[in-house]
Amino acid sequence: MVVGMLNFKTTRLFIVLISLWLLSGCVKPANEIYYWGEYEQLIHDMYVDPGKADAVAQIEKLTADIQKAESTGKQVPPGLYAHLGMMYSSQGQAAQAEAALREEQKLYPESATFIQGLIKRASKEKS
Amino acid sequence: MPYWIKRTLFLIPLAVLLLSGCAKQEPYNYAALEQSKPRSILVLPPVNNTVEVNAPYIYLSTISRPLAEKGYYVFPVTVVDSLMKENGLPSPAEMHAVPLDKLTKHIGADSVLYVTIDEWGQKYQVLSSKAVVRATLKLVDSRTGALLWDTEAFAQYQSSDGGGGLAGALIGAVVEQIAGSMIDRTPDLSRIANNGSINNQVRGLLNGPYAPESLVQQH
Repeated sequence: MVVGMLNFKTTRLFIVLISLWLLSGCVKPANEIYYWGEYEQLIHDMYVDPGKADAVAQIEKLTADIQKAESTGKQVPPGLYAHLGMMYSSQGQAAQAEAALREEQKLYPESATFIQGLIKRASKEKS
Repeated sequence: MPYWIKRTLFLIPLAVLLLSGCAKQEPYNYAALEQSKPRSILVLPPVNNTVEVNAPYIYLSTISRPLAEKGYYVFPVTVVDSLMKENGLPSPAEMHAVPLDKLTKHIGADSVLYVTIDEWGQKYQVLSSKAVVRATLKLVDSRTGALLWDTEAFAQYQSSDGGGGLAGALIGAVVEQIAGSMIDRTPDLSRIANNGSINNQVRGLLNGPYAPESLVQQH
């Protein structure tokens, strides 16, 4: 009823203001640090639809993402190199696996304990 | 009614809206988080309190991004999951029960995020479809076990009838059901829920060390 009494212009202004308020919301717009590419979708697929995300396909997509990250000037996100390492390892490509794990640690020193543990574990399995 | 009252009446609902928005929420007490200043977050696979068997891992696929973009190192969720499974912990509930010192020894995370999924999935009603995601997040200090931050992530999607009357609504619902059987809305809802809670201006997570703004924040 209140809106009904107002003229068209005021109602429109009201709608514009409400829209602005909703858009401005409580959530900050994302200006992302990392290039995420296929990483999230691959995690999703390997659990929910494993046929779509076998190790060979994952390695291909992740290495492509790393190149795209470089070309867009964004960082490779935390975890991606370690995940790639796990994929190489599942294919028996031990050298590539270790290189990827070391890259994770180089980019993110916070991962040192975890990565060193994984490398140690892999070398024990070999011997 | 005088003209000026008519002119200003619209301000009342606007004011109510503004007051009801973000302002209503009480700011989070960040004392523990500010003291702990974690650099890294270990996200364990979520415990599932719903009947949707895929919920924990769909959720897991959406949580690394908002946390990393907030400036934290997020351990690779899949590698952590495999490591735990290889070490005799097949379910998220068992993973959540691992003592913190053991997690710290093998993974070395500053903090651990425990997620519980409370509601998940699509519901079809006669005239519409609805999808919902609701999860509880608890961030804990790895060394002390102190609670650093907690939140509820929630998002829902409700199809609208598009104003086509009852027949339109019925067709809409049928289309939704056909489309809904192929398109799972829960990954997107999960992202919306996570973004809303992690980036909430008064109750969200504080920036981590990789956030560009954290340099400004630290005086």
